[in-house]
Amino acid sequence: MAEFKEISPNAPLGAKVGNWFNNRFPTAFAEYRKHMSEYYAPKNFNFWYFFGSLALLVLVIQIVTGIFLVMHYKPDAAKAFESVEYIMRDVPGGWFIRYMHSTGASAFFVVVYLHMFRGMLYGSYRKPRELVWIFGCAIFLCLMAEAFMGYLLPWGQMSYWGAQVIVNLFSAIPFIGPDLALLIRGDYVVGDATLNRFFSFHVIAVPLVLIGLVVAHLLALHDVGSNNPDGIEIKKGPKGNRWSPDAPTDGIPFHPYYSVHDIVGVCVFLMVYFAIVFFAPEVGGYFLEFNNFIPADPLVTPSHIAPVWYFTAYYSMLRATTDLMVNVLCVIIALGVVLAFLKCKCSTVMKGGLAVIGLVAIALLKTFDAKFWGVVVMGGAVILLFFLPWLDRSPARSIRYRPDWHKWLYAVFVIWFMLLMVLGIMVPGPIFSHPSLSWFTNELVAMIGTLFYFGFFLLMPWWSQLGTPKPVPERVTFKPH
Amino acid sequence: MSDAPSSNFTPAPLDSSKRTWLIASGCAGAVGTVALATPFVSSFAPSEKAKAAGAAVEVDIAGVKPGEKLTVEWRGKPVWILRRTPEMMASLQKTDAEVADPKSLRTAFPTPEYARNEARSREDHKEVLVLVGICTHLGCSPVDRLQAGAQPSLPDNWEGGFFCPCHGSTFDLAGRVFKNKPAPDNLEVPPYMFLAENKLLIGEDKKA
Repeated sequence: MAEFKEISPNAPLGAKVGNWFNNRFPTAFAEYRKHMSEYYAPKNFNFWYFFGSLALLVLVIQIVTGIFLVMHYKPDAAKAFESVEYIMRDVPGGWFIRYMHSTGASAFFVVVYLHMFRGMLYGSYRKPRELVWIFGCAIFLCLMAEAFMGYLLPWGQMSYWGAQVIVNLFSAIPFIGPDLALLIRGDYVVGDATLNRFFSFHVIAVPLVLIGLVVAHLLALHDVGSNNPDGIEIKKGPKGNRWSPDAPTDGIPFHPYYSVHDIVGVCVFLMVYFAIVFFAPEVGGYFLEFNNFIPADPLVTPSHIAPVWYFTAYYSMLRATTDLMVNVLCVIIALGVVLAFLKCKCSTVMKGGLAVIGLVAIALLKTFDAKFWGVVVMGGAVILLFFLPWLDRSPARSIRYRPDWHKWLYAVFVIWFMLLMVLGIMVPGPIFSHPSLSWFTNELVAMIGTLFYFGFFLLMPWWSQLGTPKPVPERVTFKPH
Repeated sequence: MSDAPSSNFTPAPLDSSKRTWLIASGCAGAVGTVALATPFVSSFAPSEKAKAAGAAVEVDIAGVKPGEKLTVEWRGKPVWILRRTPEMMASLQKTDAEVADPKSLRTAFPTPEYARNEARSREDHKEVLVLVGICTHLGCSPVDRLQAGAQPSLPDNWEGGFFCPCHGSTFDLAGRVFKNKPAPDNLEVPPYMFLAENKLLIGEDKKA
């Protein structure tokens, strides 16, 4: 406990007020110092480091606009669509608040995808930051749930059929699936009960969890300290800077240095964000799909349905998992077992165990429907991210000091991910109309992309150790300007 | 604080009976928590009102000409009634080899006994096809591609059928799913019966 401090009666009023609070609530002052004015972040942050604080900004935008939308929205299957149109046409400023919320949803994913990619580039998930990364992945999962449930609320055609498809994903789980889907919907089809519970989750439950996870993400980050583009631990470097003899020399206080720095990023972000809100809120049907301006009709599926852009990469993995994909996976597992027998320097018992595991996996793959494995692939693609800290075995943390071909590999990974996104937006079936190319289907390309995505992560323990890393300097590289 | 020179505090010897009671009350608390959670979890299940809303639907199909399709709502789902032409019926023999489950033997969406044939319809009205228009993959409603011949997203030897716009599953004119498509099962045939020549009851198949 801090001592009760007396202050001179001649002190200025501001100092007196500050002292009064400091004696009664010292935690607030200590936390401010810990997380703002005495949080020493590496001085060599670059462009990629804007996206963390931007994600926090978008979270605030979504919460504030959401509070105002709930004042006018009606979570009732008979009234929901109308009430959204009412917000758009009759509520003063309603269109602005709603477009901020809908654009904010897409902006959230743009910012978060870039933020995650930054982590991959500079190895920000590696020891001792594993938990920071895991909390971040949990935030990503929550965000997906939040976006999915929020999308049902306008009760348009895409809302309805999107929810129908995703809830039916759960029914593909063997044995418990159909009952689980029934519990989620609360009815035999997506209906009023579903809308009401999704509203409750979207507005109360998931945001609370999300905020809790964001706090955990930041607290864990501030305990271990930020990584930087060089992947060098500044806490292990020399000590002492202008502000403190114990702080790392290469660190600068978050406030005012990075708080002011981030305002530049915020300004640029808000320019783009409001340009979209004002001039192109639908973004050609990618942020707000055109079919969602038609009220939900349980009897007719729109001729082409696709999720909103931020889900399409995972969605095309789901579509790619047909019987062909299952057969390919069986062959890959069989080859893996053969390779283990030939190359693995392990005991015969180990090899036997691997063979048994492989055979069981193949048997399971052939027992359950491709539909179930599609769900496993889609879920697995997200869950896999949680394990990244233990998959990466590269001697160098940052991409800067890894062999050059690692950069190319990451580039190919990004290209495949974007290609999967595009494929998920396109209609399934042959990509080219010429009959001789009818074998060249969307699903086939997506299958190759899916295999690449999983190969990239699952083979990372091996490929990340290949090649010679470049020498890592003692101190972070920084040019004052 | 930790730098105090000495302390007069001596910890009491461990009383193991307290530990026993702690474990016992912890277990009792866990049981109570499960009991408390039960009504909350069960509130997710369909309400009595939702369960009651599954009555059978009567449909008059006198106006449905050969080659035409009628859609009605049953339990919130679209049910299709298609009166097939002789050419459509003939196409089913050609698709026999290309569909995944030609005899409708799979049990995930069990086909009623009387419809477990090539046409997947009742013997006495073989040309009338009654299907739940919900894809067995992820629940989209497939769209009509009743016309035979090559067309976008479909194979060149298309004999007519249905196409699911969501994930590209295709079905023949008996609702049988083609091989190597995401949907594992044929389209569901609901329980149905004829009350009269042109009067269908969907949702019940036992004569009263």
